[in-house]
Amino acid sequence: MKHFTRLFTQLDATTKTNERIEALRIYFDSASPSDKIWTIALFSGNRPKKPVNSKQLRQWAAELAQLPLWLFEETYHVVGDLAETMSLIVPENTAKNDVSLSTVMCELVELRSKSDDEKRHYVTKRWSEFNSNERFVFNKLLTGGFRMGVSRKLTVKGLSLHTGIDENTLSHRLMGNPDPLTTTFEKLILSPDDDENLSRPYPFYLAYPLEEEIGLLGKPADWSAEYKWDGIRGQMIARGGRIYLWSRGEELVTDRYPEFEGLENLLPEGVVIDGEILAFAAGKPLDFAKLQKRIGRKKAGKKLLKEVPVVLMCYDILEYEGRDLRSEPFAVRRKLLEKIVTDCDSSQLLLSPVIPFEAWSELKPLRENARTLKTEGLMIKHQNGVYKTGRKRGEWWKWKADPYTADAVMIYAQRGHGRRANLYSDYTFAVWKGDDLVPFAKAYSGLTDKEMKQVDRFVKQNTLEKFGPVRSVNPEMVFEIAFEGIVESNRHKSGIAVRFPRIKRIRHDKEPKEADTLERLKNLIRVKA
Amino acid sequence: MAQLIEFSNKGLYVPPADIYIDPWKPVNKAIITHAHADHSRYGMNHYLAHEDSANVMRLRLGDIHLSTLKYGESFVQNGVKFSLHPAGHIPGSAQVRVAYKGEVWVAGGDYNTEPDVRICAPFEYVPCHTFITESTFALPVFKWQKPETVFTAIKNHHAQNKAAGKITFLFAYSLGKAQRIMAGLSGETDVFHTHGAVHNVNEALRKQGLDLPPDIRITRDTKPADLSGKIVIAPPSAAGSTWIKRFKPRSTAFVSGWMRLRGTRRRRNVDNGFILSDHADWDGLNKAVQATGAERLFVTHGYTGVYAQYWRDRGLDAREVVTDYTGDEGSESENEEKA
Ligand SMILES: [Zn+2]
Ligand SMILES: [Zn+2]
Repeated sequence: MKHFTRLFTQLDATTKTNERIEALRIYFDSASPSDKIWTIALFSGNRPKKPVNSKQLRQWAAELAQLPLWLFEETYHVVGDLAETMSLIVPENTAKNDVSLSTVMCELVELRSKSDDEKRHYVTKRWSEFNSNERFVFNKLLTGGFRMGVSRKLTVKGLSLHTGIDENTLSHRLMGNPDPLTTTFEKLILSPDDDENLSRPYPFYLAYPLEEEIGLLGKPADWSAEYKWDGIRGQMIARGGRIYLWSRGEELVTDRYPEFEGLENLLPEGVVIDGEILAFAAGKPLDFAKLQKRIGRKKAGKKLLKEVPVVLMCYDILEYEGRDLRSEPFAVRRKLLEKIVTDCDSSQLLLSPVIPFEAWSELKPLRENARTLKTEGLMIKHQNGVYKTGRKRGEWWKWKADPYTADAVMIYAQRGHGRRANLYSDYTFAVWKGDDLVPFAKAYSGLTDKEMKQVDRFVKQNTLEKFGPVRSVNPEMVFEIAFEGIVESNRHKSGIAVRFPRIKRIRHDKEPKEADTLERLKNLIRVKA
Repeated sequence: MAQLIEFSNKGLYVPPADIYIDPWKPVNKAIITHAHADHSRYGMNHYLAHEDSANVMRLRLGDIHLSTLKYGESFVQNGVKFSLHPAGHIPGSAQVRVAYKGEVWVAGGDYNTEPDVRICAPFEYVPCHTFITESTFALPVFKWQKPETVFTAIKNHHAQNKAAGKITFLFAYSLGKAQRIMAGLSGETDVFHTHGAVHNVNEALRKQGLDLPPDIRITRDTKPADLSGKIVIAPPSAAGSTWIKRFKPRSTAFVSGWMRLRGTRRRRNVDNGFILSDHADWDGLNKAVQATGAERLFVTHGYTGVYAQYWRDRGLDAREVVTDYTGDEGSESENEEKA
């Protein structure tokens, strides 16, 4: 753990990409193959199921520190991170010991099936052996919240320096959640056997938001336009007579969408299609909120399948006859995609239509109108663009419709987590319903650090009541809130639910009375329908 | 029954003597626990503080009407006896002991039970019936390492920077923390380089007899090359300012108790964080509360609610008090206070 913890500390200490890559290289150069494969898995977000529930962990940590549980909880709320709170609160280490990352990971895999007493014994023993940094990393592994800001891209760069294998090849080898219990560093990275990897997806190419004037992209004829579908990204693989569906989170979700069963008989062998998993009925997309009901469900019931049917809205093809097409120009891939989707003639595979246009000005009204078609805006793709890995500038742009906005009054504030522990940074906003303010959205992002401090000060000076980490405040500050979608919801007091609410700006120029009404927001739903 | 010290909207107030302690609004007579800006404010007719606070208070408040006391020295006003006792927070910081008709209260101000004795007198545990405690770091995650351990880490950090030809910037509050760092690192460099805010405080403290290693003020004429491999001490507000831009290559570090939390460490956006505080940690606070033998506890700025509850659970009459000392809830705001 000392070795892996040193890597963690180095990565944590710098935001400079080159230093982080170098830290990874140095680590990979000296780590054992089994530690390497676990590290890759962890950085890919692939970790064993939580062996212990966090309630137990909190209890054990509080007991070990001889503190009442309520104090532990209050402290946790300030620190904002459970693993960190536990590592700081338990007494300093007594024993000295070092075990490898892979040993600890295997122990954690086995721990799941142990009795509560055995779990407790194991965890407290390890706590007493590690110093506080090691304990923090260990706790992160225990609680499952392991992120440390290492992207796939960064891991690949570090691995590439270590192995001398080029980044694209490595990205592909890392796709699809490698499991350290069933594969090895040798098999996965150094000499992969392609037959074993029939289900392996390609890394997704992600579009950049278009912020400049669209005319600056150049000649319209060089570009292709489509709607930006409001579903979740998906990659469909037809290989070895089977169908595999991957989500952008690199989760294999084939079984969640039985709609696609049978496509293995319609699609030719060795095809990979990129598209959007979309709730769709009667020739039209449904609200994202509907799709959400399907996303979390491992097995959807009959009723739900009927209420929220899904399709794959296809917009790219990455493999044909087993051949990687990603370096072909977009226009060529698109032609092939059209042929395959048409030949397939399935009501589950739809072709994302290309929007014909000759001048950029023709696209502007379509974008403004995009929401009425339940799409998020437009996608602009270069005809000659190759299919890249990850989020890259230049050839794929997303040109989102302007968000909805509303002026709302802050009525509650809550202390933040992590980076924002100690600051009142999470707010609840309300709009008018007659003479009452009804909460309709919670938001925490969108303010600069300086503004956040300003609001923090306002909250502290205008507190009406405190309950735990939350304060109710004088309804005096008005904010402009932007959001992407709005639907009716009987789970919310306001009767509406908004999607991705965030703060656009503070409206110092507005009185609370001038904030929006619930009526106006409900109207947005009507207009949209 | 009326309290010997009331928590008025102007500050801590001792009615029979008509004297305030650390008031935040203008009053006639004010006893000041220490020279940090949120405890020592403008606008009082008469100030009284420890003699080591005098120069810095004058530096910051100008020509004020100020009388001073030594630690342990007392005076009586309308039958109320006042005396100052070392608080270990910064040079001149004091706890105020207030005794009247057999009842003793102590206002701890900001305090540190484990100070650097080269900078300030060791914390004195003053027995009392009622103790007013701060709670800046009153959560069990706040536990300080030994200062020597921290200074060893800073020395290693500096050695690395020096080898790489970088300037070591240490951000620390200009009153208290900056001097503590200089004392802790003395011998590490022949001369420290300081931001004007730090330098002025150093001069004020030297004038009243504090023995500090030498420092040179950074001016417009200072060339980045002059600072290569050197240690610069600057206030936190200098981080990310235009002042610092021309000094390259540099390595920045923030020195504060808040660095104990990863969240605040990252928030500061510096290369490094060193955990060193002028406030008592969790164990230090508990030890102080216990040692006073107080039956009643008032908890001011910091994690007031949590800390009062903790002591109520353990049988004290403990209450949370709202004051105007900035950084309520221990927010790591820009003020000089919370280091
Ligand atoms: Zn204070
Ligand atoms: Zn202070």
